[in-house]
This record gives sequence, structure tokens and C-alpha cells, in this order.
Amino acid sequence: MAAQNLKHALFCAFITIIIAYPILGLNLVAEGTSVKLEGANTATVVNVFLAAVAVFLFQVFRDNIMGVFGKVPNLNPLANRGPVSQEKRLLMERVFFVAIILLALVWPFIVSRGAVDLATLVLIYIMLALGLNVVVGLAGLLDLGYVAFYAVGAYTFALLSQYFGISFWLALPIGALLAALFGFVLGFPVLRLRGDYLAIVTLGFGEIIRILLNNWTSLTGGPNGIGGIPDPTLFGMEFGRRVKEEGNVSFHETFGIAYSGEHKVIFLYLIALVLAIFTLLVIRRFMRMPVGRAWEALREDEIAARSLGMSRTAVKLSAFTIGAFFAGFAGTVFASKQGFISPESFVFLESAIILAIVVLGGMGSQVGVILAAIAVTILPELAREFSEYRMLIFGAAMVLMMVWRPQGLLPMRRIQIEIKEQG
Amino acid sequence: MLEVQNLSMRFGGLLAVDQVSVDVQEHEIVSIIGPNGAGKTTVFNCISGFYKPTGGKILFQGQEIQGKPDYKISRLGMVRTFQHVRLFSKMTVVENLLVAQHRHLNTNLLAGLLKTPDYREREKKSLERARYWLERVGLIDMANWEAGNLAYGQQRRLEIARCMVTEPQLLMLDEPAAGLNPAETKELDQLIVSLKEDYNVSVLLIEHDMSLVMGISDRINVINQGRPLASGTPDEIRQNDDVIKAYLGEA
Repeated sequence: MAAQNLKHALFCAFITIIIAYPILGLNLVAEGTSVKLEGANTATVVNVFLAAVAVFLFQVFRDNIMGVFGKVPNLNPLANRGPVSQEKRLLMERVFFVAIILLALVWPFIVSRGAVDLATLVLIYIMLALGLNVVVGLAGLLDLGYVAFYAVGAYTFALLSQYFGISFWLALPIGALLAALFGFVLGFPVLRLRGDYLAIVTLGFGEIIRILLNNWTSLTGGPNGIGGIPDPTLFGMEFGRRVKEEGNVSFHETFGIAYSGEHKVIFLYLIALVLAIFTLLVIRRFMRMPVGRAWEALREDEIAARSLGMSRTAVKLSAFTIGAFFAGFAGTVFASKQGFISPESFVFLESAIILAIVVLGGMGSQVGVILAAIAVTILPELAREFSEYRMLIFGAAMVLMMVWRPQGLLPMRRIQIEIKEQG
Repeated sequence: MLEVQNLSMRFGGLLAVDQVSVDVQEHEIVSIIGPNGAGKTTVFNCISGFYKPTGGKILFQGQEIQGKPDYKISRLGMVRTFQHVRLFSKMTVVENLLVAQHRHLNTNLLAGLLKTPDYREREKKSLERARYWLERVGLIDMANWEAGNLAYGQQRRLEIARCMVTEPQLLMLDEPAAGLNPAETKELDQLIVSLKEDYNVSVLLIEHDMSLVMGISDRINVINQGRPLASGTPDEIRQNDDVIKAYLGEA
């Protein structure tokens, strides 16, 4: 046992040196027209060596260290408690939702403009993740191209406002419905596919949309994107310093207060909040409806579902369509928040991050997904001071998370249905 | 009510089912037996629409159904179970029964979102039906367990209950006694007879357990190597020389 540990530890340390030395220790230096390879300075070599020693020590005492970690959850007074009863759990969930909504309502008035902007982004991700949760978490359809529907929503608003001068409020339902239509259309070719194959097709679909937006220069402006997307208005009141559109009045003049750029940011945040709550509630109802159960049945066993008369077509298409609808919502808000969009915002990494939120949160669990959306959006911001290492920290956090809680932050709990005894 | 005429199913060069005919009348339990690999489950898959038969006709209530999609066939009132239990194992027991009743429910999304009185009424009825069947198969105490956590015999019963909540006219059971102990088999035996007697459901049964088959069947069809070998009442089958040969080998 010990000898084997030692051998394994030596091997790990060796690998660390092999990987770390060329990456950190060798530098390419431009010298005139040629490039010269330069060895590292002593400090780096020492650091690499120390890292190898650290890896070695960790591997030797791995069992002891992991044992200590195993005990950590036991220090938590809430761990090892018995299963919570249904009523108590629902109450806790309700308290959680009310608390987070109250906090969200006062949030913009107590923090800086940057924090409000970030919170708006969090809300957009919550909408996206709740929507994807329908497709991946409930219906079990692995969708790697979800960002396409987000892009459809955003570009619908941008294009409509650019060519037809349509306002945010009209573009919001149009964007969502158009995204839903795209979801419906994508649903058809992938009806027969499951798992890996489905993932590849949706991945391709996401790329098609992005490349289309990138290359259809005459319509979308290609890589230059579309700018000048208008801000939402409140009953015809604009939030800019000067009114842009005729017939509108400005918010600060109507209420006789000094102009402040923050009004707009806060207003947009509140819109995102309302839409996120709307998304949450609608999907929550769906989950308890026959259609929600049908999604899950299809995920659990497609053949059994069909044998009971469920149409695979209807169930899959409804999941894709409803998921895409909410991505369209998020896209419209995003376009309005940024004021400028380009295909750059809708790369595969976005799909991956939304998927990561769903998986980290716990597939199918709404509370979990919301927590994960907050964590995944805020974490890279908090880690900004680590500059170039911030994605590294982000990645490490995800790996650790999956090691400790492979089922997600808050895995989905079944709803208990009360059954009256006969009598 | 069900009439299968000269059914054939070819997989490439393999003729898995060759000219098999089966019929089930109202209020009848009909069994299909045969050695392993005889093509019994293939017949089932053709009838329930999982395979598109390459030859022959299948009539249900006088309507030709061969080649129709599986979910449409089951909506006509003919549901099946599987050789290996297929439950929605992460869902609770009662959810398994609710999801099966989706077509009795109002599937209109808006009605559900707004919780219209009509929608509530249907939800209540389907819950009531689920409760009734849970009591009937003795799973009421496990209503909120995850279906995957049930014991094997309970899963079998849940699968039958899940078919019954759809209120079928014909129930097709594929080896329902596989993996059950003698006591459980006896319970199953009583359950199947009761389905016929009390709920007026016809049953088409594939089974290896001879005591079960002989005890409850009104008629039996024997298939061997994809071809029909014999058919008749349990007594006739018991004395049929061909059947004895196929099962015991030639003397």
C-alpha cells in the first residue's frame, strides 16, 4: 500500500515537472526577425520544483488529507439531519424565494452602478439557465447549442429596432416567439436523436446561427455587430439625458429630478428581475403539469413513454420550444442592456457556461440552478484581482464542485403528492 | 377484438415471425408460449407498433393498425408491459401513474398555467384513479417512493397498474411472472384473472411459467421458431404431440 502510494506520488511529481517546465520555464523571445528560445530564470525553476514537491507530498498523504476533508461536512451542524418533511421543505423553499426576491428588489438602491449591472447579467443567466433546465434537466435532451436561441432573441430586437424602429416592449414578445419558433424548427431534425448524437447536432445548430450572423453582413453587419439599440422606455418615458424619439418625454424631467445615468441601469435591472420571476413561475407550473411529467417520463424511458401513448414528437418539441422561448426573453434583455451586440457574444463558450450552471445547480432543480447562476456569474468577477489566473480559479472551483457534489448544489427533489386514504 | 392474420416479420435474412395468427375476443385471456427465441416478443412488438411488420394484417376493433405509430396504437386502448420492467424510475410511484394518464388530462398549456376549474377537475380525477389502482395493487404506502426503489415484484405490479390507469380494453403482458417468487406469482395470477373478471379487460399474455399459463388462459397459442405450432384450450395444448416434442425434444 505505502510502496504503491510512493510510486504513484513519484509519478505524479514527474508529470508535474514535465507539464509545468515547458509551459512556465521556456520563453520565446523575439530578437530582430528571428525567434529565440530562452530558458527560465532560477526563480521559476525553483517554483516548478516546489510545485512538484507539493504534488508529491499530497499524493503520499492523499488518504489522510482526503479523510480530513471527509470530516469537514460533519462540522456543519445542518449535515446529517433527517429528511425534511414536505411541508417544511416547501416552506423553506418559499422563504428562500421571497427572501431572494426582497433582496433583489432593494439591491439596486444600496449598491454601486457596476454591481447593478452585474446583477442584471446574473438575472439574464438565471433566465437562460431556467430555460435550458427544461431541455436538459427535465426532458434529458443534451443541448449544446442553446446560445443560438439567445442570439435569435437579441438579434430580433436589434434588427427590428434598426430597420423598423420597434421598441423594446414590442420586440420582447416577438423575440421570444421567434426564438421559440427556431426551437420548434430545430426540434424536427433531432426528434429521433438522443444523447451524444443530439448534442452534436445542437452544437452544429448553434454554430450555424453564429456563422450566419457573422457572414450575412448586409443584414446583420457581420462581425461589426449592431449598435444603437434603444433602451426600454417606461410608459413612453425615456431614460436618456435627451429624448431621442419624438413624442416621448424623459424620465428625469417628468419627475423633476436631476438626470442620473443610474436610473436607466436600475430600470433595466428591474425589468430583468420581473422577467426572471415570470420565467421561474411559469416553468415551475409547467413542472407540475402533465407536460412537465411527460418531459421527465421521456427522459426516464422513452420506449415506456411511447407505449403509454405519449407522442415523442409533441413532448420533445414542447421542451425545445419552451426552452428556446425563455432564451429569447433573455436575449432581448441582453441586447437592450448592452446597446450593442455582435456574434462575439454568442460563441459556444456561452452555451457551455449555461449548461455548466444547470449541471452545477443540480439538474431539474430550480433553486439549485438559481444559486449556480449567481455563483458562476459572480465568481469570475470576484476573482478579477487574480487577473490572468481567474479562469484557472473558475475551472478549479468547478472541478472541486463536481468532485464533492456530483449531483449538483441542490439536487432536484420529488414533489410528494398527498393521497387521501379511503374512508 | 384483436385479430392478427398471417403476421410475418423479417430482419434482413432472418424470418423471425412467419405467418403467425392470433386472435383475442372480448373477456378472454389468451397466451402465447414457445421456447426461448421463438419470436413471441417480436409478435408483441409488431402488435404494439414498435416494429412495422413485413407481412400480414393486424386488426383491433375492426380497424387495421399494422404500421401505425406505437403511441397511436396505445391510444386506441391497447397497452403493454415489457419483459424487463420499464418504469420511470426517478419519478415517484404516484407520478408514474399520473404521467400515464396524460391523455385523460387537459393537455392545453394555458389551461394548466391558469389552473382553470376544468383542469383542476381532471387533475383531481386522475389522482383519484391513481389512488384507486395503488390500493388495488397494494402500493398505496409507497406512493411517494421513487419507483426505482421498489422491490422487483412491486415494480411488476406498478407496471400493470400504470397500464390500467389508461383504462385499456386489451392488456398485453410480456412475461409478467419473470423474476417473481411462487407467492408473488400466485398474487399476479389472481390479479390478472381479476382484471378480466372485474374490469372487463382482455389479456394477451406471453409467459414461461406453465402453471400460470395453464391455470388462467382461455386459449393458448404455441409458436416455435417463428412459426405457429398449435393453438387451443389449455387441455388440448397439454396433449398436443407437437408441443410436447418442441418443449421436451424428440424422443
